[in-house]
Amino acid sequence: MSTSRSLATGLTKLPAAVCRRAQPIRNQSRASLLSSRCSTRTPSTILSRAIRLSPLCQRGFSTSAHQRHGHIHTPKPGEELYITFIDKDGEEYKFAVSEGDNLLDIAQANDVEMEGACGGSCACSTCHVIVTEDDFFDKMPEPDDDENDMLDLAFGLTEMSRLGCQVKMTKELDGLKVRLPSMTRNLQASDFE
Amino acid sequence: MPLRIARPPGLARQLLGSAHNGRAFSSSPRRQSSRSPDVPFRLAVVGSGPAGFYTSYRVMGKIPSARVDMYESLPVPFGLVRHGVAPDHPEVKNCQEKFDEIASSPNFTFIGNVSIGQPGHSTQHCTIELQSLLRNYDAVLFSYGASEDRKLGIPGESTLNCIYSARHVVGWYNGLPDCAGLDLDLTQGEEAVIIGQGNVALDVARMLLEDIDVLKKTDITEHALAKLAESRVKRVHVVGRRGPMQAAFTIKEIRELMKLSRVEFHSFDRSLVPEDLKSLPRATRRLMEVLVKGSPTPHESASKSWSLDSCLSPKQFLANQESLSNVASTEFNITELSSPFDPKSPVKSTGETVILPSDIVFRSVGYKSVPLPGFDDAGIQFDDRRGIICNDGLGRVRSLASSNKAEDVNKQNVPGVYCAGWVKRGPTGVIASTMQDAFITGDAIAEDWLSGAPFSNTSSEQPMRGWEEVRKEADSSNGRAVAWDDWRRIDQAERERGQKAGKEREKFTSTADMLAVLG
Repeated sequence: MSTSRSLATGLTKLPAAVCRRAQPIRNQSRASLLSSRCSTRTPSTILSRAIRLSPLCQRGFSTSAHQRHGHIHTPKPGEELYITFIDKDGEEYKFAVSEGDNLLDIAQANDVEMEGACGGSCACSTCHVIVTEDDFFDKMPEPDDDENDMLDLAFGLTEMSRLGCQVKMTKELDGLKVRLPSMTRNLQASDFE
Repeated sequence: MPLRIARPPGLARQLLGSAHNGRAFSSSPRRQSSRSPDVPFRLAVVGSGPAGFYTSYRVMGKIPSARVDMYESLPVPFGLVRHGVAPDHPEVKNCQEKFDEIASSPNFTFIGNVSIGQPGHSTQHCTIELQSLLRNYDAVLFSYGASEDRKLGIPGESTLNCIYSARHVVGWYNGLPDCAGLDLDLTQGEEAVIIGQGNVALDVARMLLEDIDVLKKTDITEHALAKLAESRVKRVHVVGRRGPMQAAFTIKEIRELMKLSRVEFHSFDRSLVPEDLKSLPRATRRLMEVLVKGSPTPHESASKSWSLDSCLSPKQFLANQESLSNVASTEFNITELSSPFDPKSPVKSTGETVILPSDIVFRSVGYKSVPLPGFDDAGIQFDDRRGIICNDGLGRVRSLASSNKAEDVNKQNVPGVYCAGWVKRGPTGVIASTMQDAFITGDAIAEDWLSGAPFSNTSSEQPMRGWEEVRKEADSSNGRAVAWDDWRRIDQAERERGQKAGKEREKFTSTADMLAVLG
């Protein structure tokens, strides 16, 4: 009873990224099919790690409609741009994406563990990403004041930090790698005693 | 209808293995035998703000069998996202979409218009005893925020008119039923003094200074709009005990004030900020740059103005000579920072004082949480001085009987009782920090559950029945509990009211009006 319930809920569904890892991208049509079917994001690394080995990941788990904060475009064949997200455990997720899509939408459409509390309107810092290479960072248009204001409040701010919702994929950014900041912050020692 | 999917053998072990590997927040080694993730888990959440929703989301993601019942004393959800976030910051409220998604899960139940231990504000309200929750759930999460505010404790504060709590004012312009009756008098004169330099103080300043036509398009309440339209306030002092380097406000709020059209920013004491800003850490440097740059509005074209007044500690409020019951001015002790550029610098009084004219005063020196009735009986420790539930920093609630001895580590916490949000760490921080904090509590709950730690009713053989059982008590009163679909009807009615007024929504400001939508 509880087993069936647990797998059927919108909140504990399988992340597409997991499916993807089990089945690396071979062609774009498969990738886009998966991203449109697995329509919720989950932060559950517990679930994802467990289930990626099981054949269940081949199935579509959309049991209910979900509101999406953004949507992404399917890249035309031959025009795919590649982006890699590195999660806080160091695991890499590479996706073929389309020019013009922003990193928050890409992450959410592919169930990468990234929140966008303000829905991508540059009013929070929950989609903070850290660009791993100087070259790519320099190729991005400068962050505006609003983005920098939010980054100032982000945990783990670095010189290479950006908000995912403000960075759009371009041909120049093909091959981009971004790291998700670890949300672990040593709260207990300094703040609570 | 839930989809039935057989779980492959060995999956439970994998799940638990992962949970252990992911023990980033483990505070103490636990030796209990693990719990299967199939064991039903019932969680009661008290309070429906961002801390409650984000913790629920995390728990439901990590414990597949979790069922969450969220209790809210108002008929409407979202806490400070609805009643705290300024009306001209609609983008910050977009997180409500996520909360709606969470609430749409079949494993989530919203129970509005029901408070825990507190008597209700109307005859239609329901009250549940805390013990009833503790009896009928595996775990209870307190995420009910901070419902009181800190006071100054100086002469005149509680006796003179036109001295307001900023928290009440925020609740008033945002339609919080408890604050709907606030009779804000903005017509006594031009000089307003806001005591405190956090973002709430700046929100209130912005409401006083912003063009009324801008506010009209927001979801600010109609009665607040009418009062602000007749405001005579032209000069706003935002006063702090310390300096800009120590202030709690953040850059977005300062920048917005600098950008207001026809509003001048008076220069501030530049000696309180380092001459060379480049040496400062990034966030501080950028904030100070905005302050030093000031507003582009020249004095001649300004219709209103504001200032940051530093190193002033309120001493007493002085009455108006003609109308003795109203405040006319505020006397401040002038303070001195022992190290002006140190964000943690203390201040001491210089012995000198200064008087600022004050036709209206707003007290904005912080919010404060209060314990719920029944905490003592449940053995829950509350820190009255800090206004938070005592916890281990990860959300596990401290027991009244706890000691600081390391060997008693398993007795320090109340099994199955957790906290998140402002009631856990104090009333500061934006949605992003509340979310992170909520995830930390959610991880602690999941880790404890999956590792087999004791919970509220570990000895019980029966699965906890949660709201199905608790509601029998609610039903014995005259109240009506509000479900998520009921809230959607209220939401829809508010949007329809708003459409007529050319704004996103016109909130109901009384619980009776909210409930009237439901018939």
